Amino acid sequence: MTSLGAAQHFAGAPEWTWYILVYFFAAGLAGGSYFLATFLRYWGTPADEPLARLGFYVPLPATALGALMLTLDLNQPLRFWHMVVNTTPGEFGLNFNSTTPMSVGVWALLVGSVFALVVFLGALAADGRIRHPLADRLAAFLDGSAGRTFNVVGTVLYVFIAAYTGVLLAVSNQPVWSDTWALGGLFLASGLSGSVALLLLLTHFRRDAAPSRGFLEVGGRLFTALELLLLVVVLLTLIDDRTLDTALDLPWIPLWLLALAGMLPALRDFAVGGLRPTTGGAVAAVRAPAWAVPALVLVGVLALRAAFIFSAQA
Amino acid sequence: MATKITPGEAYGFFTDTSVCIGCKACEVACKEWNQLPEEEDELDFLGQSLDNTGELNGSTWRHVQFIDNVPDETMSEGNGRAFLLMSDVCKHCKHASCMDVCPTGAIIRTEFDTVFIQEDVCNGCRDCIAACPYDVIDVNEERNVAQKCTLCYDRLQGGMEPACAKACPTDSIQFGPLDDLRDRAKKREATLHAQGLKEANLYGHDDKVYGGLNAFFLLMDKPEAYKLPNAANAVLPQRNNLGGYLGIFGTAVLGLFSAVIARRQRNMGGGEDPAGTSEGERT
Repeated sequence: MTSLGAAQHFAGAPEWTWYILVYFFAAGLAGGSYFLATFLRYWGTPADEPLARLGFYVPLPATALGALMLTLDLNQPLRFWHMVVNTTPGEFGLNFNSTTPMSVGVWALLVGSVFALVVFLGALAADGRIRHPLADRLAAFLDGSAGRTFNVVGTVLYVFIAAYTGVLLAVSNQPVWSDTWALGGLFLASGLSGSVALLLLLTHFRRDAAPSRGFLEVGGRLFTALELLLLVVVLLTLIDDRTLDTALDLPWIPLWLLALAGMLPALRDFAVGGLRPTTGGAVAAVRAPAWAVPALVLVGVLALRAAFIFSAQA
Repeated sequence: MATKITPGEAYGFFTDTSVCIGCKACEVACKEWNQLPEEEDELDFLGQSLDNTGELNGSTWRHVQFIDNVPDETMSEGNGRAFLLMSDVCKHCKHASCMDVCPTGAIIRTEFDTVFIQEDVCNGCRDCIAACPYDVIDVNEERNVAQKCTLCYDRLQGGMEPACAKACPTDSIQFGPLDDLRDRAKKREATLHAQGLKEANLYGHDDKVYGGLNAFFLLMDKPEAYKLPNAANAVLPQRNNLGGYLGIFGTAVLGLFSAVIARRQRNMGGGEDPAGTSEGERT
Protein backbone atom coordinates (compact mmCIF):
# COMPACT_ATOMS: atom_id res chain seq x y z
CA MET A 1 0.00 0.00 0.00
CA THR A 2 0.97 3.60 -0.21
CA SER A 3 2.12 4.83 3.13
CA LEU A 4 0.46 8.13 3.71
CA GLY A 5 2.37 9.39 6.69
CA ALA A 6 -0.21 11.29 8.70
CA ALA A 7 -3.22 9.95 6.82
CA GLN A 8 -6.21 12.27 6.52
CA HIS A 9 -9.49 10.54 7.07
CA PHE A 10 -12.78 12.30 6.50
CA ALA A 11 -14.80 9.24 5.45
CA GLY A 12 -18.00 8.40 7.32
CA ALA A 13 -18.54 5.10 9.12
CA PRO A 14 -20.54 2.40 7.28
CA GLU A 15 -22.01 1.20 10.56
CA TRP A 16 -20.93 -2.37 10.05
CA THR A 17 -21.49 -3.81 13.49
CA TRP A 18 -22.77 -7.05 15.05
CA TYR A 19 -23.93 -8.88 11.94
CA ILE A 20 -20.62 -8.21 10.25
CA LEU A 21 -18.70 -9.22 13.36
CA VAL A 22 -20.48 -12.58 13.47
CA TYR A 23 -19.89 -13.05 9.74
CA PHE A 24 -16.17 -12.32 10.04
CA PHE A 25 -15.95 -14.77 12.95
CA ALA A 26 -17.84 -17.50 11.08
CA ALA A 27 -15.80 -16.95 7.92
CA GLY A 28 -12.55 -17.33 9.86
CA LEU A 29 -13.69 -20.59 11.43
CA ALA A 30 -15.05 -21.96 8.15
CA GLY A 31 -11.77 -21.24 6.34
CA GLY A 32 -9.51 -22.49 9.09
CA SER A 33 -11.52 -25.69 9.56
CA TYR A 34 -11.56 -26.47 5.85
CA PHE A 35 -7.80 -25.96 5.68
CA LEU A 36 -7.09 -28.18 8.70
CA ALA A 37 -9.50 -30.89 7.57
CA THR A 38 -7.99 -31.07 4.09
CA PHE A 39 -4.47 -31.11 5.46
CA LEU A 40 -5.24 -33.89 7.93
CA ARG A 41 -7.20 -36.03 5.48
CA TYR A 42 -4.62 -36.03 2.72
CA TRP A 43 -1.36 -35.30 4.51
CA GLY A 44 -2.05 -36.58 8.00
CA THR A 45 -2.14 -40.13 9.35
CA PRO A 46 -5.07 -42.54 9.08
CA ALA A 47 -5.76 -41.77 12.75
CA ASP A 48 -6.45 -38.17 11.76
CA GLU A 49 -9.47 -39.05 9.62
CA PRO A 50 -12.04 -38.57 12.43
CA LEU A 51 -10.73 -35.05 13.09
CA ALA A 52 -10.68 -34.34 9.36
CA ARG A 53 -14.36 -35.26 9.23
CA LEU A 54 -15.06 -33.02 12.20
CA GLY A 55 -13.33 -30.23 10.30
CA PHE A 56 -15.40 -30.86 7.19
CA TYR A 57 -18.59 -30.52 9.20
CA VAL A 58 -17.76 -26.90 10.09
CA PRO A 59 -17.68 -24.89 6.80
CA LEU A 60 -21.30 -25.48 5.74
CA PRO A 61 -23.07 -24.27 8.89
CA ALA A 62 -20.51 -21.50 9.33
CA THR A 63 -21.06 -20.36 5.74
CA ALA A 64 -24.83 -20.52 6.15
CA LEU A 65 -24.63 -18.47 9.34
CA GLY A 66 -22.27 -15.99 7.69
CA ALA A 67 -24.45 -15.59 4.61
CA LEU A 68 -27.48 -15.02 6.82
CA MET A 69 -25.64 -12.35 8.79
CA LEU A 70 -24.46 -10.65 5.60
CA THR A 71 -27.98 -10.60 4.26
CA LEU A 72 -29.48 -9.26 7.47
CA ASP A 73 -26.88 -6.49 7.53
CA LEU A 74 -28.12 -5.13 4.20
CA ASN A 75 -30.54 -2.22 4.37
CA GLN A 76 -32.51 -4.07 1.70
CA PRO A 77 -32.03 -7.77 2.58
CA LEU A 78 -34.37 -8.97 -0.16
CA ARG A 79 -31.98 -7.48 -2.70
CA PHE A 80 -29.06 -9.68 -1.59
CA TRP A 81 -29.03 -11.21 -5.07
CA HIS A 82 -28.12 -7.83 -6.56
CA MET A 83 -24.57 -8.73 -5.45
CA VAL A 84 -24.35 -11.29 -8.24
CA VAL A 85 -26.93 -10.14 -10.78
CA ASN A 86 -26.76 -6.70 -12.37
CA THR A 87 -30.23 -5.20 -12.27
CA THR A 88 -29.30 -1.93 -13.95
CA PRO A 89 -31.86 -1.42 -16.74
CA GLY A 90 -30.39 -2.53 -20.05
CA GLU A 91 -27.34 -4.14 -18.46
CA PHE A 92 -28.81 -7.38 -17.16
CA GLY A 93 -26.11 -9.97 -16.50
CA LEU A 94 -23.80 -11.22 -13.79
CA ASN A 95 -22.06 -8.74 -11.49
CA PHE A 96 -18.37 -9.00 -10.78
CA ASN A 97 -16.22 -6.08 -9.70
CA SER A 98 -12.61 -7.13 -9.16
CA THR A 99 -11.68 -3.84 -7.47
CA THR A 100 -13.94 -4.51 -4.51
CA PRO A 101 -13.27 -7.45 -2.18
CA MET A 102 -16.99 -7.48 -1.35
CA SER A 103 -17.82 -8.60 -4.88
CA VAL A 104 -14.92 -11.08 -5.03
CA GLY A 105 -15.90 -12.39 -1.60
CA VAL A 106 -19.53 -12.90 -2.52
CA TRP A 107 -18.52 -15.04 -5.47
CA ALA A 108 -16.03 -16.95 -3.30
CA LEU A 109 -18.84 -17.60 -0.82
CA LEU A 110 -21.24 -18.68 -3.52
CA VAL A 111 -18.81 -21.12 -5.14
CA GLY A 112 -17.29 -22.10 -1.80
CA SER A 113 -20.66 -23.07 -0.38
CA VAL A 114 -20.92 -25.81 -3.02
CA PHE A 115 -17.61 -27.23 -1.80
CA ALA A 116 -18.77 -26.91 1.80
CA LEU A 117 -21.96 -28.80 1.00
CA VAL A 118 -20.08 -31.59 -0.78
CA VAL A 119 -17.55 -32.13 2.02
CA PHE A 120 -20.32 -31.92 4.63
CA LEU A 121 -22.26 -34.65 2.85
CA GLY A 122 -19.04 -36.57 2.30
CA ALA A 123 -18.28 -36.50 6.02
CA LEU A 124 -21.82 -37.66 6.82
CA ALA A 125 -21.43 -40.51 4.34
CA ALA A 126 -17.99 -41.48 5.63
CA ASP A 127 -19.40 -41.51 9.17
CA GLY A 128 -22.25 -43.73 8.01
CA ARG A 129 -24.85 -41.15 8.96
CA ILE A 130 -26.40 -41.20 5.50
CA ARG A 131 -26.74 -44.49 3.73
CA HIS A 132 -27.30 -44.31 0.01
CA PRO A 133 -25.32 -45.55 -2.99
CA LEU A 134 -24.77 -41.96 -4.06
CA ALA A 135 -23.39 -41.10 -0.62
CA ASP A 136 -20.97 -44.02 -0.83
CA ARG A 137 -19.82 -42.83 -4.25
CA LEU A 138 -19.34 -39.32 -2.92
CA ALA A 139 -17.24 -40.60 0.00
CA ALA A 140 -15.17 -42.72 -2.41
CA PHE A 141 -14.70 -39.70 -4.72
CA LEU A 142 -13.47 -37.51 -1.88
CA ASP A 143 -11.09 -40.26 -0.76
CA GLY A 144 -9.37 -40.48 -4.14
CA SER A 145 -6.98 -38.26 -6.03
CA ALA A 146 -9.84 -36.37 -7.72
CA GLY A 147 -11.24 -35.72 -4.27
CA ARG A 148 -7.89 -34.42 -3.16
CA THR A 149 -7.81 -31.96 -6.06
CA PHE A 150 -11.40 -30.98 -5.29
CA ASN A 151 -10.54 -30.30 -1.68
CA VAL A 152 -7.37 -28.39 -2.49
CA VAL A 153 -9.49 -26.07 -4.65
CA GLY A 154 -12.05 -25.85 -1.85
CA THR A 155 -9.29 -25.07 0.63
CA VAL A 156 -7.95 -22.25 -1.51
CA LEU A 157 -11.47 -20.81 -1.71
CA TYR A 158 -12.03 -21.12 2.01
CA VAL A 159 -8.63 -19.73 2.96
CA PHE A 160 -9.64 -16.75 0.86
CA ILE A 161 -13.03 -16.55 2.60
CA ALA A 162 -11.32 -16.57 6.01
CA ALA A 163 -8.95 -13.80 5.01
CA TYR A 164 -10.58 -11.49 2.46
CA THR A 165 -12.68 -9.89 5.16
CA GLY A 166 -9.54 -8.11 6.32
CA VAL A 167 -8.87 -6.85 2.79
CA LEU A 168 -12.51 -5.78 2.57
CA LEU A 169 -11.94 -3.49 5.53
CA ALA A 170 -8.62 -2.25 4.13
CA VAL A 171 -10.12 -1.37 0.74
CA SER A 172 -11.87 1.70 2.09
CA ASN A 173 -10.93 5.15 3.27
CA GLN A 174 -11.65 4.44 6.94
CA PRO A 175 -9.08 5.21 9.60
CA VAL A 176 -7.27 2.12 10.92
CA TRP A 177 -8.68 -0.25 8.27
CA SER A 178 -7.20 1.49 5.27
CA ASP A 179 -3.92 2.25 7.01
CA THR A 180 -2.64 -1.30 6.93
CA TRP A 181 -2.15 -4.03 4.34
CA ALA A 182 -1.85 -6.83 6.90
CA LEU A 183 -5.45 -7.23 8.13
CA GLY A 184 -6.23 -10.04 5.66
CA GLY A 185 -3.23 -12.05 6.84
CA LEU A 186 -4.06 -11.36 10.47
CA PHE A 187 -7.64 -12.54 10.05
CA LEU A 188 -6.41 -15.71 8.35
CA ALA A 189 -3.93 -16.51 11.13
CA SER A 190 -6.60 -15.73 13.70
CA GLY A 191 -9.09 -17.93 11.84
CA LEU A 192 -6.59 -20.80 11.90
CA SER A 193 -5.94 -20.51 15.63
CA GLY A 194 -9.68 -20.19 16.25
CA SER A 195 -10.35 -23.29 14.17
CA VAL A 196 -7.77 -25.23 16.16
CA ALA A 197 -9.64 -24.21 19.32
CA LEU A 198 -13.00 -25.14 17.81
CA LEU A 199 -11.76 -28.55 16.69
CA LEU A 200 -10.15 -29.15 20.10
CA LEU A 201 -13.54 -28.44 21.64
CA LEU A 202 -15.27 -30.77 19.21
CA THR A 203 -12.82 -33.62 19.94
CA HIS A 204 -14.44 -33.86 23.35
CA PHE A 205 -17.62 -34.98 21.59
CA ARG A 206 -15.78 -37.46 19.39
CA ARG A 207 -13.34 -39.68 21.19
CA ASP A 208 -11.86 -41.23 18.04
CA ALA A 209 -10.55 -37.77 17.10
CA ALA A 210 -8.41 -37.60 20.26
CA PRO A 211 -5.24 -38.90 18.56
CA SER A 212 -5.04 -35.68 16.56
CA ARG A 213 -4.89 -33.40 19.58
CA GLY A 214 -1.08 -33.36 19.47
CA PHE A 215 -1.22 -31.93 15.96
CA LEU A 216 -3.80 -29.35 17.02
CA GLU A 217 -1.77 -28.34 20.06
CA VAL A 218 1.43 -27.72 18.13
CA GLY A 219 -0.41 -26.20 15.18
CA GLY A 220 -2.30 -23.90 17.53
CA ARG A 221 0.95 -22.58 18.98
CA LEU A 222 2.40 -21.86 15.56
CA PHE A 223 -0.77 -20.26 14.21
CA THR A 224 -1.04 -18.12 17.34
CA ALA A 225 2.58 -17.03 17.04
CA LEU A 226 1.86 -16.07 13.44
CA GLU A 227 -1.25 -14.21 14.59
CA LEU A 228 0.71 -12.28 17.19
CA LEU A 229 3.41 -11.44 14.66
CA LEU A 230 0.82 -10.11 12.22
CA LEU A 231 -0.94 -8.16 14.96
CA VAL A 232 2.37 -6.44 15.69
CA VAL A 233 2.80 -5.73 11.97
CA VAL A 234 -0.70 -4.23 11.79
CA LEU A 235 -0.08 -2.03 14.82
CA LEU A 236 3.27 -0.90 13.41
CA THR A 237 1.62 0.13 10.17
CA LEU A 238 -0.93 2.10 12.17
CA ILE A 239 1.88 3.92 13.97
CA ASP A 240 3.22 4.86 10.56
CA ASP A 241 -0.14 6.35 9.63
CA ARG A 242 -0.80 7.80 13.09
CA THR A 243 -4.08 6.00 13.62
CA LEU A 244 -2.84 3.72 16.39
CA ASP A 245 -4.49 6.00 18.96
CA THR A 246 -7.85 5.45 17.26
CA ALA A 247 -7.46 1.67 17.39
CA LEU A 248 -6.27 1.64 20.99
CA ASP A 249 -8.70 4.20 22.36
CA LEU A 250 -9.93 3.51 25.89
CA PRO A 251 -13.33 1.91 25.09
CA TRP A 252 -11.63 -0.78 23.02
CA ILE A 253 -8.95 -1.74 25.53
CA PRO A 254 -11.09 -4.58 27.02
CA LEU A 255 -11.47 -6.04 23.53
CA TRP A 256 -7.73 -5.90 22.90
CA LEU A 257 -7.08 -7.49 26.30
CA LEU A 258 -9.54 -10.29 25.48
CA ALA A 259 -7.86 -10.80 22.11
CA LEU A 260 -4.48 -11.09 23.82
CA ALA A 261 -5.91 -13.34 26.53
CA GLY A 262 -7.08 -15.68 23.79
CA MET A 263 -3.53 -15.93 22.49
CA LEU A 264 -1.90 -16.42 25.89
CA PRO A 265 -2.52 -20.17 26.43
CA ALA A 266 -0.91 -21.18 23.13
CA LEU A 267 1.94 -18.72 23.60
CA ARG A 268 2.47 -19.99 27.15
CA ASP A 269 2.62 -23.58 25.90
CA PHE A 270 5.03 -22.47 23.16
CA ALA A 271 7.28 -20.83 25.72
CA VAL A 272 7.14 -23.81 28.12
CA GLY A 273 7.05 -26.76 25.78
CA GLY A 274 8.35 -25.39 22.50
CA LEU A 275 7.00 -27.55 19.70
CA ARG A 276 6.55 -30.66 21.81
CA PRO A 277 2.96 -31.59 22.61
CA THR A 278 2.31 -31.52 26.34
CA THR A 279 -0.58 -33.39 27.88
CA GLY A 280 -3.12 -30.84 28.92
CA GLY A 281 -0.88 -27.82 28.27
CA ALA A 282 -2.26 -24.58 29.63
CA VAL A 283 -5.45 -26.38 30.68
CA ALA A 284 -3.54 -28.53 33.13
CA ALA A 285 -1.44 -25.58 34.28
CA VAL A 286 -4.44 -23.62 35.48
CA ARG A 287 -6.56 -26.67 36.32
CA ALA A 288 -9.33 -25.35 34.12
CA PRO A 289 -11.99 -27.52 32.56
CA ALA A 290 -10.93 -28.89 29.18
CA TRP A 291 -13.36 -26.63 27.32
CA ALA A 292 -12.21 -23.44 29.04
CA VAL A 293 -9.03 -22.70 27.10
CA PRO A 294 -10.47 -23.36 23.61
CA ALA A 295 -13.48 -21.26 24.58
CA LEU A 296 -11.17 -18.43 25.67
CA VAL A 297 -9.31 -18.67 22.36
CA LEU A 298 -12.59 -18.39 20.45
CA VAL A 299 -13.64 -15.38 22.51
CA GLY A 300 -10.26 -13.85 21.72
CA VAL A 301 -10.74 -14.44 17.99
CA LEU A 302 -14.12 -12.72 18.21
CA ALA A 303 -12.70 -9.85 20.29
CA LEU A 304 -9.86 -9.23 17.83
CA ARG A 305 -12.33 -8.71 15.00
CA ALA A 306 -14.60 -6.62 17.21
CA ALA A 307 -11.70 -4.37 18.19
CA PHE A 308 -10.90 -3.62 14.56
CA ILE A 309 -14.51 -3.29 13.42
CA PHE A 310 -15.70 -1.00 16.20
CA SER A 311 -12.64 1.15 16.92
CA ALA A 312 -12.40 2.46 13.35
CA GLN A 313 -16.05 3.51 13.28
CA ALA A 314 -16.24 5.21 16.67
CA MET B 1 -28.26 32.95 -19.73
CA ALA B 2 -29.53 29.40 -19.34
CA THR B 3 -27.00 26.66 -20.06
CA LYS B 4 -27.89 24.33 -22.91
CA ILE B 5 -27.59 20.82 -21.54
CA THR B 6 -26.51 18.13 -23.98
CA PRO B 7 -26.13 14.42 -23.10
CA GLY B 8 -22.57 13.23 -23.71
CA GLU B 9 -21.02 16.44 -22.45
CA ALA B 10 -19.44 16.69 -18.97
CA TYR B 11 -21.22 18.99 -16.51
CA GLY B 12 -20.52 19.98 -12.95
CA PHE B 13 -20.45 22.63 -10.27
CA PHE B 14 -17.91 25.32 -9.60
CA THR B 15 -18.45 26.43 -6.01
CA ASP B 16 -16.76 29.76 -5.28
CA THR B 17 -16.60 29.81 -1.49
CA SER B 18 -15.34 33.42 -1.45
CA VAL B 19 -18.85 34.69 -2.24
CA CYS B 20 -20.90 32.22 -0.20
CA ILE B 21 -22.97 34.11 2.39
CA GLY B 22 -24.30 31.05 4.20
CA CYS B 23 -27.95 31.69 3.34
CA LYS B 24 -28.61 27.95 2.84
CA ALA B 25 -30.92 28.56 -0.09
CA CYS B 26 -29.06 25.71 -1.79
CA GLU B 27 -29.92 23.31 1.05
CA VAL B 28 -33.58 24.27 0.90
CA ALA B 29 -33.78 24.06 -2.89
CA CYS B 30 -32.09 20.66 -2.85
CA LYS B 31 -34.44 19.30 -0.21
CA GLU B 32 -37.51 20.66 -1.95
CA TRP B 33 -36.67 19.42 -5.42
CA ASN B 34 -35.44 16.00 -4.31
CA GLN B 35 -38.20 15.59 -1.71
CA LEU B 36 -35.68 14.89 1.02
CA PRO B 37 -37.02 14.62 4.55
CA GLU B 38 -35.99 17.01 7.26
CA GLU B 39 -33.83 15.42 9.86
CA GLU B 40 -35.00 14.87 13.40
CA ASP B 41 -33.07 17.74 14.90
CA GLU B 42 -32.82 19.87 11.78
CA LEU B 43 -34.73 22.77 13.28
CA ASP B 44 -32.76 22.65 16.49
CA PHE B 45 -29.54 24.49 17.09
CA LEU B 46 -26.55 22.16 17.04
CA GLY B 47 -24.46 24.64 18.98
CA GLN B 48 -22.19 24.76 15.97
CA SER B 49 -22.49 28.32 14.84
CA LEU B 50 -25.21 28.79 12.24
CA ASP B 51 -25.10 25.21 11.04
CA ASN B 52 -28.24 23.18 11.68
CA THR B 53 -27.87 20.28 9.28
CA GLY B 54 -24.43 19.33 10.52
CA GLU B 55 -23.19 17.20 7.66
CA LEU B 56 -23.90 15.72 4.27
CA ASN B 57 -25.88 12.51 4.57
CA GLY B 58 -28.63 10.45 3.00
CA SER B 59 -31.20 13.19 3.30
CA THR B 60 -28.99 16.28 3.15
CA TRP B 61 -27.26 16.45 -0.20
CA ARG B 62 -26.15 20.07 0.09
CA HIS B 63 -24.63 21.29 3.32
CA VAL B 64 -23.29 24.74 4.06
CA GLN B 65 -20.24 24.45 6.27
CA PHE B 66 -19.69 27.28 8.75
CA ILE B 67 -16.05 27.04 9.74
CA ASP B 68 -15.11 29.30 12.62
CA ASN B 69 -11.49 30.19 12.05
CA VAL B 70 -11.80 33.60 13.68
CA PRO B 71 -9.08 33.99 16.32
CA ASP B 72 -10.15 34.79 19.88
CA GLU B 73 -7.82 37.77 20.20
CA THR B 74 -8.62 41.12 18.61
CA MET B 75 -6.94 41.59 15.24
CA SER B 76 -5.38 44.78 13.99
CA GLU B 77 -7.28 46.86 11.48
CA GLY B 78 -7.44 45.25 8.05
CA ASN B 79 -6.35 41.85 9.33
CA GLY B 80 -9.68 40.54 10.52
CA ARG B 81 -10.78 37.01 9.65
CA ALA B 82 -14.24 35.93 8.63
CA PHE B 83 -15.89 32.54 8.95
CA LEU B 84 -15.10 30.16 6.13
CA LEU B 85 -18.33 29.28 4.35
CA MET B 86 -18.68 26.49 1.84
CA SER B 87 -21.69 24.84 0.28
CA ASP B 88 -20.50 21.23 0.27
CA VAL B 89 -21.79 18.56 -2.08
CA CYS B 90 -20.85 15.27 -3.75
CA LYS B 91 -17.72 15.89 -5.81
CA HIS B 92 -18.70 13.54 -8.67
CA CYS B 93 -15.06 12.37 -8.85
CA LYS B 94 -13.64 11.19 -12.14
CA HIS B 95 -11.99 8.30 -10.25
CA ALA B 96 -14.83 7.72 -7.81
CA SER B 97 -14.05 5.61 -4.73
CA CYS B 98 -17.74 4.75 -4.33
CA MET B 99 -17.95 3.31 -7.85
CA ASP B 100 -14.76 1.34 -7.21
CA VAL B 101 -16.24 -0.58 -4.31
CA CYS B 102 -19.91 -0.88 -5.25
CA PRO B 103 -20.61 -4.62 -5.61
CA THR B 104 -24.06 -4.27 -7.18
CA GLY B 105 -23.34 -1.86 -10.01
CA ALA B 106 -25.83 0.55 -8.45
CA ILE B 107 -23.42 3.47 -8.80
CA ILE B 108 -23.09 4.54 -12.39
CA ARG B 109 -21.70 7.42 -14.42
CA THR B 110 -24.45 9.20 -16.30
CA GLU B 111 -24.52 10.67 -19.78
CA PHE B 112 -23.68 14.00 -18.12
CA ASP B 113 -20.47 12.51 -16.60
CA THR B 114 -21.93 12.68 -13.11
CA VAL B 115 -21.99 9.91 -10.50
CA PHE B 116 -25.47 8.58 -9.72
CA ILE B 117 -26.76 5.95 -7.27
CA GLN B 118 -29.63 3.91 -8.70
CA GLU B 119 -32.10 3.68 -5.85
CA ASP B 120 -33.74 0.50 -7.09
CA VAL B 121 -30.44 -1.34 -7.61
CA CYS B 122 -28.64 -0.44 -4.36
CA ASN B 123 -29.10 -3.07 -1.65
CA GLY B 124 -27.67 -1.05 1.20
CA CYS B 125 -24.36 -2.85 1.79
CA ARG B 126 -22.83 0.53 2.70
CA ASP B 127 -19.39 -0.23 1.23
CA CYS B 128 -19.59 3.09 -0.63
CA ILE B 129 -19.98 4.91 2.69
CA ALA B 130 -16.74 3.35 3.95
CA ALA B 131 -14.99 4.31 0.73
CA CYS B 132 -16.12 7.88 0.05
CA PRO B 133 -13.23 10.09 1.18
CA TYR B 134 -15.54 13.10 1.53
CA ASP B 135 -18.17 11.57 3.84
CA VAL B 136 -20.82 12.40 1.25
CA ILE B 137 -22.84 9.18 1.04
CA ASP B 138 -25.15 7.88 3.74
CA VAL B 139 -28.30 5.82 4.08
CA ASN B 140 -31.51 7.70 3.42
CA GLU B 141 -33.75 6.59 6.26
CA GLU B 142 -36.95 6.80 4.20
CA ARG B 143 -35.68 5.03 1.09
CA ASN B 144 -33.35 2.74 3.09
CA VAL B 145 -30.57 2.75 0.50
CA ALA B 146 -27.38 4.76 0.06
CA GLN B 147 -28.07 8.22 -1.32
CA LYS B 148 -26.25 11.41 -2.23
CA CYS B 149 -26.42 14.36 -4.59
CA THR B 150 -27.52 13.29 -8.06
CA LEU B 151 -26.48 16.62 -9.57
CA CYS B 152 -30.22 16.80 -10.20
CA TYR B 153 -30.06 14.06 -12.84
CA ASP B 154 -33.78 14.40 -13.49
CA ARG B 155 -33.49 18.15 -14.03
CA LEU B 156 -30.53 17.70 -16.39
CA GLN B 157 -32.57 15.21 -18.42
CA GLY B 158 -35.24 17.89 -18.66
CA GLY B 159 -32.71 20.53 -19.75
CA MET B 160 -32.76 22.38 -16.41
CA GLU B 161 -29.81 23.32 -14.23
CA PRO B 162 -29.60 21.75 -10.75
CA ALA B 163 -31.86 23.26 -8.10
CA CYS B 164 -29.06 24.46 -5.80
CA ALA B 165 -27.26 26.39 -8.54
CA LYS B 166 -30.58 27.88 -9.64
CA ALA B 167 -31.34 29.03 -6.10
CA CYS B 168 -27.91 30.42 -5.16
CA PRO B 169 -28.31 34.21 -4.89
CA THR B 170 -24.59 35.07 -5.08
CA ASP B 171 -23.51 32.67 -7.83
CA SER B 172 -21.32 30.90 -5.33
CA ILE B 173 -22.65 27.70 -6.94
CA GLN B 174 -22.22 27.81 -10.69
CA PHE B 175 -23.38 25.04 -12.99
CA GLY B 176 -22.20 24.41 -16.53
CA PRO B 177 -20.01 22.43 -18.89
CA LEU B 178 -16.80 21.49 -17.07
CA ASP B 179 -14.42 23.22 -19.47
CA ASP B 180 -16.32 26.51 -19.13
CA LEU B 181 -16.39 26.21 -15.37
CA ARG B 182 -12.65 25.59 -15.21
CA ASP B 183 -11.96 28.69 -17.28
CA ARG B 184 -14.21 30.77 -15.04
CA ALA B 185 -12.56 29.35 -11.92
CA LYS B 186 -9.03 30.17 -13.07
CA LYS B 187 -10.04 33.74 -13.87
CA ARG B 188 -11.71 34.12 -10.50
CA GLU B 189 -8.65 32.77 -8.70
CA ALA B 190 -6.40 35.19 -10.61
CA THR B 191 -8.69 38.09 -9.69
CA LEU B 192 -8.56 37.21 -6.00
CA HIS B 193 -4.79 36.81 -6.10
CA ALA B 194 -4.55 40.25 -7.76
CA GLN B 195 -6.63 41.63 -4.88
CA GLY B 196 -4.08 40.31 -2.41
CA LEU B 197 -6.06 37.23 -1.34
CA LYS B 198 -3.19 34.84 -1.93
CA GLU B 199 -4.87 32.10 0.12
CA ALA B 200 -7.48 31.57 -2.60
CA ASN B 201 -6.86 28.19 -4.21
CA LEU B 202 -8.70 25.88 -6.54
CA TYR B 203 -9.46 22.34 -5.37
CA GLY B 204 -10.32 19.54 -7.77
CA HIS B 205 -10.24 21.59 -10.97
CA ASP B 206 -7.35 19.53 -12.34
CA ASP B 207 -6.52 15.83 -12.23
CA LYS B 208 -4.48 15.95 -9.00
CA VAL B 209 -7.46 14.99 -6.83
CA TYR B 210 -9.24 11.78 -7.87
CA GLY B 211 -8.54 12.47 -11.51
CA GLY B 212 -10.50 15.71 -11.30
CA LEU B 213 -13.78 16.60 -9.62
CA ASN B 214 -16.91 17.51 -11.53
CA ALA B 215 -17.90 19.53 -8.47
CA PHE B 216 -14.80 21.56 -7.69
CA PHE B 217 -14.17 24.50 -5.39
CA LEU B 218 -12.40 27.77 -4.95
CA LEU B 219 -11.28 27.67 -1.32
CA MET B 220 -10.06 30.44 0.97
CA ASP B 221 -7.89 28.16 3.11
CA LYS B 222 -6.14 24.81 2.86
CA PRO B 223 -8.39 21.90 1.79
CA GLU B 224 -8.01 20.26 5.21
CA ALA B 225 -9.77 23.23 6.82
CA TYR B 226 -12.90 22.23 4.86
CA LYS B 227 -12.47 18.50 5.62
CA LEU B 228 -11.18 17.84 2.13
CA PRO B 229 -8.14 15.57 1.78
CA ASN B 230 -5.21 17.31 0.13
CA ALA B 231 -3.80 15.99 -3.14
CA ALA B 232 -1.26 13.74 -1.38
CA ASN B 233 -4.01 12.11 0.68
CA ALA B 234 -6.63 11.81 -2.03
CA VAL B 235 -6.16 8.06 -2.48
CA LEU B 236 -8.43 5.36 -3.82
CA PRO B 237 -9.53 2.42 -1.65
CA GLN B 238 -8.29 -0.05 -4.26
CA ARG B 239 -4.71 0.90 -3.40
CA ASN B 240 -4.91 -1.74 -0.66
CA ASN B 241 -6.07 -4.62 -2.87
CA LEU B 242 -2.64 -5.83 -3.97
CA GLY B 243 -0.95 -5.50 -0.56
CA GLY B 244 -3.93 -7.13 1.14
CA TYR B 245 -4.03 -10.13 -1.19
CA LEU B 246 -0.24 -10.56 -1.05
CA GLY B 247 -0.53 -10.49 2.75
CA ILE B 248 -3.09 -13.30 2.57
CA PHE B 249 -0.86 -15.34 0.26
CA GLY B 250 2.17 -14.92 2.51
CA THR B 251 0.16 -15.87 5.60
CA ALA B 252 -1.33 -18.89 3.84
CA VAL B 253 2.17 -20.12 2.94
CA LEU B 254 3.32 -19.64 6.54
CA GLY B 255 0.15 -21.35 7.77
CA LEU B 256 0.82 -24.36 5.55
CA PHE B 257 4.43 -24.42 6.73
CA SER B 258 3.17 -24.35 10.34
CA ALA B 259 0.85 -27.29 9.66
CA VAL B 260 3.73 -29.29 8.19
CA ILE B 261 5.84 -28.58 11.28
CA ALA B 262 2.93 -29.53 13.56
CA ARG B 263 2.58 -32.84 11.70
CA ARG B 264 6.26 -33.61 12.25
CA GLN B 265 6.31 -32.54 15.87
CA ARG B 266 3.06 -34.11 17.02
CA ASN B 267 4.63 -37.25 18.46
CA MET B 268 7.71 -35.65 19.96
CA GLY B 269 6.36 -35.16 23.48
CA GLY B 270 3.89 -36.65 25.89
CA GLY B 271 0.82 -35.92 23.81
CA GLU B 272 -2.11 -38.23 23.32
CA ASP B 273 -1.12 -39.58 19.93
CA PRO B 274 -1.09 -43.34 20.10
CA ALA B 275 2.23 -44.98 19.31
CA GLY B 276 2.45 -46.48 15.89
CA THR B 277 0.45 -43.88 13.98
CA SER B 278 2.75 -43.55 11.04
CA GLU B 279 3.27 -40.24 9.32
CA GLY B 280 2.59 -40.08 5.66
CA GLU B 281 -0.10 -39.65 3.20
CA ARG B 282 -3.43 -41.30 3.71
CA THR B 283 -4.16 -43.82 1.07
